[in-house]
Amino acid sequence: MLFFSYFKDLVGQEVTVELKNDLAIRGTLHSVDQYLNIKLENTKVVDQDKYPHMLSVRNCFIRGSVVRYVQLPKDGVDVDLLHDAARREARGG
Amino acid sequence: MSWAAPDDIFFSTSLAAYLDKKLLVLLRDGRKLMGLLRSFDQFANAVLEEAYERVIVGNLYCDIPLGLYIIRGENVVLIGELDVDKEELPAQMVQVPEAEIKRAQKAEKEEMLLKGTMRKRMEFLDLD
Repeated sequence: MLFFSYFKDLVGQEVTVELKNDLAIRGTLHSVDQYLNIKLENTKVVDQDKYPHMLSVRNCFIRGSVVRYVQLPKDGVDVDLLHDAARREARGG
Repeated sequence: MSWAAPDDIFFSTSLAAYLDKKLLVLLRDGRKLMGLLRSFDQFANAVLEEAYERVIVGNLYCDIPLGLYIIRGENVVLIGELDVDKEELPAQMVQVPEAEIKRAQKAEKEEMLLKGTMRKRMEFLDLD
């Protein structure tokens, strides 16, 4: 629940999602769901030449189970807020 | 699960916004399927109509028709909406018939295996 809420607050920011198959996609976070599935808009593949089939893909749905990392802008995160939320979850959960 | 209102499809992560659209589906085994999304569920299982597999080897590609497909969601990596105004592939790519792409795939696989065995043979050198 914590990260679902966290990602909901991040909607609209530009992120880079790195998948377990090493594909990395930069795009605007459009939406997220309870499984941490991600929808990105205005996508651009990081190593475009290696993935020619992705050339005309502008929006995509990424299954949560295949995400390795979600890279965020350095100041896109209020680390203290997140820290507090995690402590609250640990206490209450 | 409540029923989605007409406008909800634009804001949520459901695949409803992709229905009847031509999509690229990347699978965990590296395959690239393309087709029209006709149905989906909460596991990202999907029904693809007029599906075909786009096989790419270097600058060669081939579209192999598959027909009506049900994809089990656990195999899905990514579902991408193709922009109809953009070229699907870079200009230098050449379409070839199925027999030729299968030959190219085999050659590429053998090259990978050879690279693997060469690396194994070099390991004893301890170059690192």
